[in-house]
Amino acid sequence: MSQDPKCHDFHQGAKKALDDERLQTLLGRTLENGFQKKRLQGMSRLPEYEQLRDKARDLKDHVLDHLDMYLARFEAEVTKAGGQVHWARDAAQARDIILDICIKADAKTVSKGKSMIAEEIGLNDHLIANAIVPVETDLGEYIIQLRDEPPSHIIAPAFHISKEQVAETFVENHTHLDPDRDLSEPTTLLNEARGELRDKFLCADVGITGANILVAETGTAMIVTNEGNGDLTQDLPPVHIALTSIEKVVPTLEDATLILRLLARTATGQEQSVYNTFFTGAKRPDDIDGPDEYHVVLLDNGRSELLGSEFRDILRCIRCGACINHCPVYGVTSGHAYGWVYPGPMGSVLTPHFVGIEEAHLLPGASTFCGRCEEVCPVRIPLPQLLRNWRVRAFEKGLSGRAQRLGLGMWAGLARRPWAYRLIMNFAIAALSTLAREKGSFRRLLGAGGWTKTRDLPAPQGGTFQSRYAKGER
Amino acid sequence: MNNTPSHKPHIGLFVTCLVDLMRPSIGFAALRLLARAGAEVVVPDRQTCCGQPAYNSGDSKNARALAKDVIEAFADFEHVVVPSGSCGGMIAHHYVKLFADDDAWRARAEDLAARTFELTTYLAEHLDLNDTGAVFDGSATYHDSCAGLRELGVKQQPRHLLATVDGLTLNELEDSEACCGFGGLFSIKYPDVSGAIVDKKADRVVAANSDLLLGGDLGCLMNMAGKLKRRGSKVRVFHVAELLANMTDGPAIGEDRDA
Repeated sequence: MSQDPKCHDFHQGAKKALDDERLQTLLGRTLENGFQKKRLQGMSRLPEYEQLRDKARDLKDHVLDHLDMYLARFEAEVTKAGGQVHWARDAAQARDIILDICIKADAKTVSKGKSMIAEEIGLNDHLIANAIVPVETDLGEYIIQLRDEPPSHIIAPAFHISKEQVAETFVENHTHLDPDRDLSEPTTLLNEARGELRDKFLCADVGITGANILVAETGTAMIVTNEGNGDLTQDLPPVHIALTSIEKVVPTLEDATLILRLLARTATGQEQSVYNTFFTGAKRPDDIDGPDEYHVVLLDNGRSELLGSEFRDILRCIRCGACINHCPVYGVTSGHAYGWVYPGPMGSVLTPHFVGIEEAHLLPGASTFCGRCEEVCPVRIPLPQLLRNWRVRAFEKGLSGRAQRLGLGMWAGLARRPWAYRLIMNFAIAALSTLAREKGSFRRLLGAGGWTKTRDLPAPQGGTFQSRYAKGER
Repeated sequence: MNNTPSHKPHIGLFVTCLVDLMRPSIGFAALRLLARAGAEVVVPDRQTCCGQPAYNSGDSKNARALAKDVIEAFADFEHVVVPSGSCGGMIAHHYVKLFADDDAWRARAEDLAARTFELTTYLAEHLDLNDTGAVFDGSATYHDSCAGLRELGVKQQPRHLLATVDGLTLNELEDSEACCGFGGLFSIKYPDVSGAIVDKKADRVVAANSDLLLGGDLGCLMNMAGKLKRRGSKVRVFHVAELLANMTDGPAIGEDRDA
């Protein structure tokens, strides 16, 4: 079993977010006035951006066609470099493999780089249950770990927390420091977190990071960070575990640079992330630093099923977060409403696969199909179509509810009989017009509560087009 | 394409169910504009709904049945014109996908797709309409509806046509390409979320400080007009075709008759 969903009802989660004024302000600042503008600036400095998107799409499609071959090559190269690859079929197996490595290393504390795969398998809870203390070293992840909250965004896990809230959290948790210290400046907060984490890096028995890209030809795994915490997590502890998933592999280092040119630009507008860390194997006799032991845990967790399904294209995803940053729905609900690890359009495609469409059937519906996600996706994933594919599955399973099913059936039945349609619609429109009288719109209307809850319903103009046209009006 | 004066293409207007039921004036505006550009238009009475609500709800069976009806109803027209980007996109992009396993119907869907055009695109690019003769003494702002914009590339065409309106000042809307939150049945299935998105859109519209809000899709326009009305805004909302056909004298979308 993967991580349990934290919110089971998207409507409720969304309502909570909509009523939170502070969150709405942070959303506007982070998305519209942050990520969206920065992406445009990043793109404008790279004239070949559009061609790179095509190349990246083709590259990922090629890899998915030959996934077994590239993964086998990756494993062979890691082994050659003195590392060990572990194949994890599902979340439970991945957790066991990691726990086993930690126990063998006699680990008390584990430092962690940011990893959505670790969230996916619920790693922290498993380590804690086995008396091992995981310490998140990405600033955002560190903050939400202290607050015991799930991430709300895949690249900005704590954007939903204001700096005032961070200060409160630090005062509560860093009890050895003066409780009256001034924490009003972001740089003060940053320095305090840095001071706290420094010791944790040095004391950790095992370091666990994710990996953004795996390079088959060299057996290299790589990670991007803006804080350098990835370097310190993989480099300082005696044991390093890279926890990642099978679709991250690319054939060559050259291919990795193609992904890197798109990743940061699309995500944050940066030309590249501040730290691009490549790791290949354990420390060699002549190396001055590096881990003594190096493990790669390759998680499948149902991805090979996606490969043969109508959702295959989602496996191209490079986790840049652009679809999330540009989604009008996410833009007002934030991430927690989606309930599981991955939010926004990419999350609404992935989550039903991981937790089941029965649990997650409200997510594929939570889209206006505006298409902006597909427009900004660096690897051109047709996200609206993939969401629609889930709606088909949900409809076939009868998850959309009897009322909707009945409504759609009646509408289609009527629309397929133009003469009956005209008769009934002429009557209905006349009735509505009478009801509206001189009013141009309804504030309330029986049966239209979903609409009139948040806006007026414009009344019909009067008469249908077809009836007026039939009478000769032009 | 043959659009020399000697050849008048045989055009069918797909009115769309929303225009048919809620705002016939958009259909009549389309007829007037097409006539002004010299086209001959017929409105087949077999047409009803393009099937989009079923399609986007995952009900492929009903979507396919309705698509077949539209394909049949418009089989004999050289061109099909639609005063909506989303219904136009449904016919021109999505019908083909509904018949992935049916060669004969897929071929017919592809054929219809190639003959189907969104209204402003058809007027601006195929009939080269450069003189609408419209007059409006005031200002307007324009919302780019998503399906028209992203599925059919409708962006410059309505602006090109609006530039011919005598007296009109067009004020560009900030984030004009951001969704208004309508999304068809989404608007009633997720009312709170839809309402919050259109609230943000209404903020932008008010900030554009214009007499009119225009757009090319009635669903989006009803959503925005409904929100503006609820907020007590005086911005008047029209389909772009209504302004281009000089039909802004009557009540705007959602506007009271005595306004």
